[in-house]
Amino acid sequence: MSGTPSLMESLFQRTLDDLIKGLRLHTPTTTPSLSAFISKSLTEIRRELTSTTASTKSTALLKLLYLHSLHSISASFATFHVIELSSSPASKPLAYLAASLLFDSTTDVLLLLTNQLRKDLNSTITREVSLALNALSVIANQDLARDLTGDLFVLLNSSKVFLRKKAILCLIRVFDKYPDSVRVCFKRLVENLESRDEGVVSAVVGVFCEMAKVDPRAYLPLAPEFFRVLVESRNNWILIKVLKIFARLVPLEGRLGKKVVEPICEHLRRTGAKSLVFECVRTIFGCLSEYDVAVNVAMEKVREFLMDDDPNLRYLGLQALSTVAPKHLWAIQENKEFVIRALSDADVNIRFEALTLLMAMVCEDNVVEICRVLVTYALKSDPEFCNEILGSILSVCSKNYYEVVVDFDWYISLLGDMSRIVHCQKGEEIEDQLIDIGMRVRDVRSTLVRVSRQLLIDPALLGNPFVHRILCAAAWVSGEYVEFSKNPIELIEALLQPRTSLLPPLIRAVYIQSAFKVLAFCLHCFLFRKDVTFSFLLGSLSEEITTGSSDRLRNAPSGDSDGDGSYYPRSTLEETEYDIAGNGEAAGSSHVHTPLASSKSTKSTGDSIRHILNIVETTLGPLSGSNDVEILERVRNILGLVMMIKQEFLGTSSQEGDDNQGNNNNASKIINLMHEAFSEELGPVSISAQEKVPIPDGVVLKQDLEDLDLIYGDIKLPLSSSFSLVKRHSLENDSILTLENYRKDESETEGKPTALSEHRKRHGLYYLPLERKETSDDYPPANDPTVQDNINADTENLAKLTEQSLVFKKKANTKPRPVVVKLDDGDSRSILPKKQEPKDDLVSDAVRDVLRGNEAEPSSSSTAKEPDRASSKRGKEKALVDGSGDPLRIESSRSRDKSSRSKHHRQNKEKKDGSPETGKAKSSSRHGTRRSKNRAEGSANIAVQSPVIPDFLL
Amino acid sequence: MIRAVIVMNDQGKPRLIKFYQYQTVEKQHELIRSIYGVLCSRAENVSNFIKVDSIFGPDARLVYKTYATLYFVFVFDSSENELAMLDLMQVFVETLDKCFSNVCELDIVFNFNKVHAILDEIILGGQVLETSSSEVVKAVAELSKLERTSSSVMLIPSIPGWHGR
Repeated sequence: MSGTPSLMESLFQRTLDDLIKGLRLHTPTTTPSLSAFISKSLTEIRRELTSTTASTKSTALLKLLYLHSLHSISASFATFHVIELSSSPASKPLAYLAASLLFDSTTDVLLLLTNQLRKDLNSTITREVSLALNALSVIANQDLARDLTGDLFVLLNSSKVFLRKKAILCLIRVFDKYPDSVRVCFKRLVENLESRDEGVVSAVVGVFCEMAKVDPRAYLPLAPEFFRVLVESRNNWILIKVLKIFARLVPLEGRLGKKVVEPICEHLRRTGAKSLVFECVRTIFGCLSEYDVAVNVAMEKVREFLMDDDPNLRYLGLQALSTVAPKHLWAIQENKEFVIRALSDADVNIRFEALTLLMAMVCEDNVVEICRVLVTYALKSDPEFCNEILGSILSVCSKNYYEVVVDFDWYISLLGDMSRIVHCQKGEEIEDQLIDIGMRVRDVRSTLVRVSRQLLIDPALLGNPFVHRILCAAAWVSGEYVEFSKNPIELIEALLQPRTSLLPPLIRAVYIQSAFKVLAFCLHCFLFRKDVTFSFLLGSLSEEITTGSSDRLRNAPSGDSDGDGSYYPRSTLEETEYDIAGNGEAAGSSHVHTPLASSKSTKSTGDSIRHILNIVETTLGPLSGSNDVEILERVRNILGLVMMIKQEFLGTSSQEGDDNQGNNNNASKIINLMHEAFSEELGPVSISAQEKVPIPDGVVLKQDLEDLDLIYGDIKLPLSSSFSLVKRHSLENDSILTLENYRKDESETEGKPTALSEHRKRHGLYYLPLERKETSDDYPPANDPTVQDNINADTENLAKLTEQSLVFKKKANTKPRPVVVKLDDGDSRSILPKKQEPKDDLVSDAVRDVLRGNEAEPSSSSTAKEPDRASSKRGKEKALVDGSGDPLRIESSRSRDKSSRSKHHRQNKEKKDGSPETGKAKSSSRHGTRRSKNRAEGSANIAVQSPVIPDFLL
Repeated sequence: MIRAVIVMNDQGKPRLIKFYQYQTVEKQHELIRSIYGVLCSRAENVSNFIKVDSIFGPDARLVYKTYATLYFVFVFDSSENELAMLDLMQVFVETLDKCFSNVCELDIVFNFNKVHAILDEIILGGQVLETSSSEVVKAVAELSKLERTSSSVMLIPSIPGWHGR
């Protein structure tokens, strides 16, 4: 049947029904498949479209339209056939339907439709006019709008209400595309507002509602008309639209509010239609909220909504509440119970709305309570909503530098609790806040460290990928503020526990770096502050021993997939030594009771240090062959330190039972230096800091580490086989290599190996400590341009410099609420309120002109016609005096106005495609004034107009 | 204004697509797919509103309603009232019901252009045109009269279902 002879085409053409049946029979899996069927049908359609018979053609077009609309088949090849068919009365409906579905304002054949449209608009057959209007309302572009304005103008007075309505609604598109048509049609449009037919009024009000969206100010002079409709009409559709218009006008003109509030309340009390009730409520809450009587009436209705069984009404009720919330907080508080109950509504919308409302209520006094309630709800709800809750808690509490949080201890614990919620996927936010608070709020650091500890020591958390980011922050916090830690040894164990192998490498690197800091801290205490301060280390060690931490330790390496713990003979040896010393119950307890007994305590601090060193060595040793450079670097650093310490201190102390505090050797210097570096406080960094850093010469920021990946890709050896190599390497070279590395790293000179610093730039997050310091010495500090020095200065100086550069961020704690450090220039990207864009566009300008014209010379605008204008371009213009015209406008007219038109006409033509850039280009035509006027002038003009309004109203 | 009227079945197959601001068909279908993704995840007896800012940009609202196997969806902006849109949807469905006497999905499938014609009498260029279903029925009846009278002039009317597949 595909080979139907052309003669029989019309007889045996498939109809749309046939096509649809075919489409329903074929699926993508049948043979022939759906797509094959469609392409076959398309071939048929293409052939049929060229037929000379109108009916064949229109059937083909109908089929094509169906395929186009519902099966997204391109139909661009058929646009000309649409034009052809539009002239035949029988296929006219189809042709216009096709036009409205296929054409957009750039379709090239659109102009060919102009004459047909005009013919139909002037037709005596109602249906033809109606069809043309239907199409025009969707496809009108600038040219069509310009050419058909006159015909529309006639229709605005049509005796057939049916057509008049359509013509009025068509105006929206026509005005938008060709603003000058406003001058022609506006008066008649306004006149229709007084029509006795509700449909017509409804259409007019709809047009104004749409137009007032762009620049309501232009329509203020019409307020009396709208007011009349508001008072007189009883049609809900009309009233809703009028209310929408007033909602836009009232904020511009305060006196209007006083005028309309009473009628609106009247409607609110009277009507039974929920839609109108809701619109009244919305208007009152939106722009009449200072009228208490009105708000009370509206609240009554809202309460009814909230109690209703219909979820739609409950939802809208909550929505209304959230609009009024900023001004009348009591409104929510009164309905608090309902709002909280809505948190567990079956409907997601309602839950979300309730959540928003609840968060709007949050203030210093109730934040604790609300968050408690919310977290309980989060525990009960589905993952999506749970995260929504957590997200809004996080964002509300952190708003404006934790404005609402007074008790930071509570907030930190809350963050800790949130991390443990099973569905919690807000790791990133919590991570940011933990670090941020740590840097900003000094007083809370001990709590922060305590909460971090709880997170770190829980091996279960390591299995949840969503928590990893939080753990990263916890690890960083513990390392950075280790001086607040009650038990550094436990911390090291936690940071190096076997399950950390579950972490992604970058976070693991943070773990290792933190362990490094803790270790440096312990060593420093051991070497330099062996008095009272160190006793806690001692005590904690004893506790550790009794709680069997050494078991954990011994299990650690074997649990780690990377190693078996026995490859490193010296460590096991010492571990045994340590165990012998440490497991003595009596010795342990005596330490606890007499921490100040110097001889014993020094001995046992030596033990505890050795204990730590052993942990580090056994767990990290296997990682020194890690494929991840981040981990590798840190492991090397820390192992190097361990080696050095062992050689220089413990090697002798274990034999002599005495300790080498007098040794003025290299190691103690380094430890001291390192401690200074680490105890340097990190401050928050302005978000714009990066932008202030000049890019040093020779740094290629775009360059990435792909080369490294390639290299590593080649040597992905099983870890066990690389062991011997690693071992040899670490044994032979560690002491030298890592020491060097270490010195580089810690003295913060950071010799800038390009690949690594690149990486550091790209993954700055994981480099918090170093990165920050780097910026403070390598580059001019973001917030303190005065501190600037060469990076070659010796390390001591640098440390001091860093201190200075950061010192301004520290503030004394004076208030009961802990100080939250804020930067002068704001850390968050300041969102400058954009300068009020000149919003009024050509349409509004035209409207203003017309309205002013109405005042001045009410009749002229409706009568004056351009005699020399072709009928299509006939327009009624006020006797415009705009002789001058601004260059911009003339130019824009010229560029688009290809046909040769009279100069006068050109002046009055405002180009606008509804595109934003032309909308912004301010060009308006006002009597005898310069065209390029700005907002200020516009508003000044309104100020002149506005006093007129009350007179109208009264 | 009303931005779009969409009818689709519970499988996500579109049955009627009308956008009042031009969108390419590809975009239309993409939008419909995202709407369907949201719609089919909704439980029964919940509110008829969906937040669609992510799909249609800010200021967009969506109401939908299920009638038998069909979702009726209206997308509109802040110039329309949500509850009024639900009423309008009811008008549309009532009109369909009157025009096809007990409308079902198949009626809408096979009367592609007629459904469009009906919709055009209710909404014009994104604005509410007529809210009384009987008025709409009258207007549509007149339109089909026009079509019939003129098609009777044609020599060979096409006979649906006459030819095999």
